[in-house]
Amino acid sequence: MNEMTKLTIKDFETDQEVRWCPGCGDYAILKAVQRTMPELGVRPENTVFISGIGCSSRFPYYMETYGFHTIHGRAPAIATGVKLANPELDVWIITGDGDALSIGGNHTMHLLRRNLDCQILLFNNEIYGLTKGQYSPTSRVGTRSPSTPFGSVDRPASPCSFAIGSGARFVARGIDTHKNLPQVLKAAHAHKGASFVEIFQNCIVYNDDVFAGFTDKANAPANQIWLTQGEPMLFAGGGKGLTLDREALRLRVVDVVDGDWQAAGVIVHDQTNKGLAQMLVEMTIEHGFPVALGVIYDHPRPTFERAVVAQNAEAAKGKVADLQKLVSKGQTWQVEKEPHVV
Amino acid sequence: MQLTGGQFTLSTALAGNDLATFPDFPAEIRAPQGTLFGVSAFQINFGSTEVETAGDAPDVLIAMNPAALKTNVGQLKEGGLIIADEGEFGARNLAKANYEVNPLEDDSLARWQVMKLNISQLTLEAVKPFGLGNKEALRCKNMWTLGLALWMFGRDRKPIVDWLNSKFAKAPTLAEANIAALNAGHAYGETAELSGPMQQHFIAPAPVAPGLYRTVTGAESISLGLVAGAQLAGLPMFFGGYPITPASAILHHLSRLKEYDVTTFQAEDEIAAIASAIGASYAGSLGVTSSSGPGIALKTEAIGLAIMTELPLVIVNSQRGGPSTGLPTKTEQSDLYQAVYGRNGDAPMPVIAARSPADAFDCAIEAVRLSTQFMTPVMLLTDGYIANAAEPWKVPDMSGYAPFPVAFQEEAPDGKLLPYSRDEKLKRPWIKPGTPGMMHRIGGIEKQIDTGHINYEAGNHQAMTDIRQNKVLGIADHIPDQDVTLGEAGGRLAIVGWGSTFGPIHQAVRRMRARGHDVHHIHIRHIWPLPKNLGDLLKGYEKILVPEMNTGQLKTVLRDQYLVDARPLNKVSGQPFRIAEIEAAIESALG
Repeated sequence: MNEMTKLTIKDFETDQEVRWCPGCGDYAILKAVQRTMPELGVRPENTVFISGIGCSSRFPYYMETYGFHTIHGRAPAIATGVKLANPELDVWIITGDGDALSIGGNHTMHLLRRNLDCQILLFNNEIYGLTKGQYSPTSRVGTRSPSTPFGSVDRPASPCSFAIGSGARFVARGIDTHKNLPQVLKAAHAHKGASFVEIFQNCIVYNDDVFAGFTDKANAPANQIWLTQGEPMLFAGGGKGLTLDREALRLRVVDVVDGDWQAAGVIVHDQTNKGLAQMLVEMTIEHGFPVALGVIYDHPRPTFERAVVAQNAEAAKGKVADLQKLVSKGQTWQVEKEPHVV
Repeated sequence: MQLTGGQFTLSTALAGNDLATFPDFPAEIRAPQGTLFGVSAFQINFGSTEVETAGDAPDVLIAMNPAALKTNVGQLKEGGLIIADEGEFGARNLAKANYEVNPLEDDSLARWQVMKLNISQLTLEAVKPFGLGNKEALRCKNMWTLGLALWMFGRDRKPIVDWLNSKFAKAPTLAEANIAALNAGHAYGETAELSGPMQQHFIAPAPVAPGLYRTVTGAESISLGLVAGAQLAGLPMFFGGYPITPASAILHHLSRLKEYDVTTFQAEDEIAAIASAIGASYAGSLGVTSSSGPGIALKTEAIGLAIMTELPLVIVNSQRGGPSTGLPTKTEQSDLYQAVYGRNGDAPMPVIAARSPADAFDCAIEAVRLSTQFMTPVMLLTDGYIANAAEPWKVPDMSGYAPFPVAFQEEAPDGKLLPYSRDEKLKRPWIKPGTPGMMHRIGGIEKQIDTGHINYEAGNHQAMTDIRQNKVLGIADHIPDQDVTLGEAGGRLAIVGWGSTFGPIHQAVRRMRARGHDVHHIHIRHIWPLPKNLGDLLKGYEKILVPEMNTGQLKTVLRDQYLVDARPLNKVSGQPFRIAEIEAAIESALG
């Protein structure tokens, strides 16, 4: 254990030159992850970063751990094999909005419903960066891009809504450059099971400032709500909060006067409440809500790889692996005499 | 019908006959009974001498309804015996089979001997004491007919009785009813005064090497071979699969073998099946995946990843009729190009083909050996025929198989961690995550020689492409030379085959040689790389004929590799070759 405390951010940096565009949000996320790792008490050799394809998927090359830069959309499937083969490994999946929700949407869904113990960091920049700026499955309607010169017409997917719908038991959000990102990562790591983290990541080249409406310093207080288990849902410096409109069964923003949130009917965050989580992730600034950030849903249940290991052990109990016996199984017969010449 | 066929197969094997079977069933689950497309047939060929095919023309056809008669009678040998359940030849069933007149009552079957029995009625009477409903009672008629067949060939009923008792352990009435039907059919043969064709035949046991035997299907033997291979390599096995006909049986078999350190995973799709297997190999297990043509197509990109990252992986392709969905339940050999060439980029991969259900066991072990000894994906080709067909199998002595244990790299030689360094076979080291001090990154982007870092330089890509190519081609130094299966090295005509055409080619060549023809049989297991001596061997024959259940894929590879005038003999009807078809081709080639 002593050895673990010795690790620093340097122990998680590789000698490879980081190659993202200057000013890309990925740099900040990389630093946040590298800074968080020593605090998790994990060993680099037991840690595996697995990515698909896209700007974000270069991430493993910069982590001094084991790493597998796989193919487009398939990181969750590769990770499933890694974890089933060795459940002791600490698996992180690095993916993007196109990788996880378009070409790899199926694998993301199944990994979440199975509840494989791993962390999924989805860098959402609402654009295809590596292929030079086409719109993505999270791009807003009207996004002009090389493939949608007149604006996109299809509605975007909401990553956290998708995750909850797929059966995820941990859903959180962070922002690339926000100081709270390490604590979101720590919570994701502490959760046993599939931890889904959407990180709003600014693409400085193809989609700059797409999240500025809530990430800019000026907009942050009014348009960000950081959730804490057991704490009232307050934002705007405590001047506003969220209440539940019990008639309409939806959330509503209320003013809080003199810090008396109870009088304003502000509700307390319960991270085990799935219905509440669903409402929180669907809040948008366009509809007058702040964007929900932090740990939105955290309600563990048994993990897939443990169930597989347990069933394998149970099925093998009391049985001995004997190849000779195995090939001799079934209905057999003995041919005694020497073959006669025909 | 397939179950009934399986039980007759077993009783034939227990009687010591050699045998080969050909289950032929529709793609539909419970296809409507009585329709022409819904006929489920099971063909068996058995005898006192070596049997290698399910037979060209059966001697006996048991037709349980008019549709079964119509779809199969054309194959029956002239003068052969038809046993028909006349209870099923009513107006409705005749109409479903497009018969205007009852064929049992006109002279359309005059070329054969016809035995009409009201099997339905006889069965109903036999099972009357058990109080079953009409539908359930009629389901026993397969057993009644099996009883009759057992009598015809002097077979023991006991193994079938045991099987029925265990199959219906939870419904003893059904077990008893089926046994009663079986006994009634047998007794019918014994006591009814049947005249003419219906008589008992005793087939003496076939001369085979002494030892313990069992019947085995290709799906079983491949599963067993994979388990044996993993154990010989000293590795846990991870099998990622997705249901697809006719490959699913391998997933089913392996999922029951947990005590052999086997983890099976039914993935969400074909891509996830192979991707999870690659992940497992990366983590230090033997990754295995299995599918059929359309599924292999989906896995193609991931195969490229396994080639690029040089991880062990066994991919079993149970070929079926294509393209697209094609003929899911029919057999074909048309994925050879897909196996050898079917990837983006220069992506070499070893390919092995099994010739029979029994041979598939050794082929699976060989696939594991090459995969782990050379750090490469390997494709094992089998087909729908091999997967489903049963044959007697002399149980192998496992102590005769040399282990090929895997050594993971746990320390960097000379303190330098080089995940893409090479040994004398050009194999890179296998380093498992979890190994301290050996952290490194791999991926699908081109690798720098030795370090494995991302590298886009022209010279490096040329060198890495050459290394991947030479590593796979170098496998030819570690596989057996090509032998002549039957005949001599050199002569007038070589029949060159691969995969499940083995039986009909072998029998045809044997017969033609017995008639004095200068013809020889070569059967290739290692499709890629090809055995080193194959080119010289082929050049020793005046003519080369390549029978394949495709439009000439191995033929093209042989021409390309050796500039020999290999000629095709092709069949893509979803049915295996008949011996007579190959005999005719030999005759015509020899002029």
